[in-house]
Amino acid sequence: MTRLALPSETGEGLLGGPVAWVRRNLFNTPVNIAATLVALWAVVRFLPPVVDWALVRATWVGDPAACRAAGGACWAMVVEKYRLILFGLYPYDQQWRPLLAIVLFIAAILAAAHPKCWRRWLIYAIPAVLGVVGVLMWGGLFGLPLVTDDRWGGLPLTMILAISGIVLSFPLAVLLALGRRSRLPAVRAWCVIYIELWRGVPLISVLFMASVMFPLFLPEGVTIDKLLRAQIGIILFTAAYLAEIVRGGLQAIPRGQYEAADAIGLSYWQKMRLIILPQALRLVIPPLVGQFITTFKDTSLVIIIGLYDLLSSTKAALSDPQWRAFYVEGYVVAAMIYFVFSYLMSQYSQYLERRLSAGTRRG
Amino acid sequence: MSRDTAALDPSRQFHHWWNNERFRGILYQVLLLAAVVGVGWFLVSNTLTNLNARHIATGFVFLDHEAGFGISEHLIDYVPSDSYLRAFAVGLINTVEIAVLGIVLTTLLGIVMGVLRLSSNWLVARLAAAYVEAMRNVPVLLLLLFCYSGITVSLPLARNAYSLFDCIYLSNRGLKLPAPVWDASTQAVTAALVAALVLATLVSAFARRQLDRTGRSLPVARITLGLVLGLPLAVFLAGGAHLSFDVPHLAGFNFAGGVTVSPEFAALLLGLVAYTGAFVAEIVRSGILAVSYGQTEAALALGLTRMQVLRLVVLPQSLRVIIPPLTSQYLNLIKNSPLAVAIGFPDLVSVANTAINQTGQAVEGVTIIMTIYLGLSLLISVLMNWYNRRVALRGGR
Repeated sequence: MTRLALPSETGEGLLGGPVAWVRRNLFNTPVNIAATLVALWAVVRFLPPVVDWALVRATWVGDPAACRAAGGACWAMVVEKYRLILFGLYPYDQQWRPLLAIVLFIAAILAAAHPKCWRRWLIYAIPAVLGVVGVLMWGGLFGLPLVTDDRWGGLPLTMILAISGIVLSFPLAVLLALGRRSRLPAVRAWCVIYIELWRGVPLISVLFMASVMFPLFLPEGVTIDKLLRAQIGIILFTAAYLAEIVRGGLQAIPRGQYEAADAIGLSYWQKMRLIILPQALRLVIPPLVGQFITTFKDTSLVIIIGLYDLLSSTKAALSDPQWRAFYVEGYVVAAMIYFVFSYLMSQYSQYLERRLSAGTRRG
Repeated sequence: MSRDTAALDPSRQFHHWWNNERFRGILYQVLLLAAVVGVGWFLVSNTLTNLNARHIATGFVFLDHEAGFGISEHLIDYVPSDSYLRAFAVGLINTVEIAVLGIVLTTLLGIVMGVLRLSSNWLVARLAAAYVEAMRNVPVLLLLLFCYSGITVSLPLARNAYSLFDCIYLSNRGLKLPAPVWDASTQAVTAALVAALVLATLVSAFARRQLDRTGRSLPVARITLGLVLGLPLAVFLAGGAHLSFDVPHLAGFNFAGGVTVSPEFAALLLGLVAYTGAFVAEIVRSGILAVSYGQTEAALALGLTRMQVLRLVVLPQSLRVIIPPLTSQYLNLIKNSPLAVAIGFPDLVSVANTAINQTGQAVEGVTIIMTIYLGLSLLISVLMNWYNRRVALRGGR
């Protein structure tokens, strides 16, 4: 029996031409007609003014007076301040270094994202990239002038905090996840306390702790600068969240795998390293990407303890009284940078989920 | 001792005692404990030395001292000469206020957006999706700063404020609303409202019992609406239809009278709700999608109406999927509320920060913050787990 073509319920496809599609998806019931009209009214009411503001009457180069005269968006403000927004207070003539750092980071992320590169060398390559970026930013070697990290800022700082936060917290997270599933009661209890304590407090209070309490913890005469303290805070905090993700993966591995590894006489660490973790970590890549997005956005909180990340340097650019009125443009540009990274990563994570489940999906 | 047990256990007799699994387990745990205690002792002793060197007394005695700083928004009486303890209480109350209002508004916004995203109307679904994607992919702090700049930079000065019926004013000093004067009439109306809510709860419990027993259902929604609107209105009319309001009016550069929603409070609430609402929308959407369409079809085949299908069949099942992730979103909202520091709203962390800067009692201040947030998180978890057990499948696990 041939199956009759039903009108698509999801509204995909242009079955029967555009008019039929519009009827089916926008004007099929009285409620829908009303909803469509309201939505259309909203779009017509707000979209043209926004386009007019952002593009038609916008000023691309000029001073605040020119912007005010044109009455539209003042992208001139961004053109004027983009170096401050992107690189913070990094010495002007050395700003090729943070730019190169951004390029390196993006290349590393792209490589790490490609399933073809999921090999052992990646485990060494990522920390190597972090090291290279560190040398590049600090300088003092290979004839690069030294730039202390209180002058770092903008997008590179955001990326450093986020990427180091995830990468360096990962080993700790794996240990915590294994510890939480350990048969040794003291180990398990300690891991549970660590994970739940960190997950129960806001990141801000962790950053506060890193900023005001951490110096008290150190022996006299030893000081650690603010960026490193914040980074340590972010690593310890992120590890608790990552540990729960990894634990989810460990729980999803069938018991047969554990028992088989025991049966062939592997030690605990061999079993984990060779059998369990490779399978468990593969399962949790999508939530790991999700955590990466969260950490990437959350690094913006370092503004509270006075570090100049992307958002903070945008705010600094807007504190110039001349340009203060054009805060929308500044925040829109910062938001677009965050959006592009986060959105691409979340799309990637969805793609990955489909790809990873391809072997087990039904139907 | 471990050598003896190894010797007694036939399977282990060829192993050295250091290969004994139980012995190793104990050894690892002792080592871990020693490391934890060691690091802890190292940190504590350093801290004590440092505090001594800086002449800062440890302990919570400073809570009794005069705070000496003003707090712009307080729901309980507060003056700078009050103690630090009271200042912390003011901060905590502000945090709780933001948390409660935020959770209620976020839930409403999230449900609306989640349902709209599933709408069969293409345009509506796309608009809702655009909202969700835009909010989820930018930092919440950016939203807060944007809202705050929006209110303080773009809204007009107090004397040019937007006004509605000359009693509601919107300016860069915030939103001014008329406040009802607390007299006999308002008290009676409030009492009537509370009584109506209690009655409505009783009616719905009775209706559920009757539905279970006889299968007949009462129009609970209509009765509730009638009670909640009707009873206060009746009392209001019986009392001579007299209500007096304290209407805000311009005095100098700002308004006097009425109640104020400050720019800081509004920006914080707006930013948190817009951000968390997007995540809740996704949770609601996936919860509804998790109920298979066969359930809806079966319910329709039984002759239930569309509303009944949603209320009796789809929602109870999707709630099971929704509640656990919803709990973590509530917790996220609370944990994001200290971002108030960035825009100057005096929440707990902001008050504690001032206290730490003034007294140098960093350890105590951070301890208070962490303890209170842990307590709040625990409270929400316990409440939501209790609710989750109520909606979960009975028997099962």
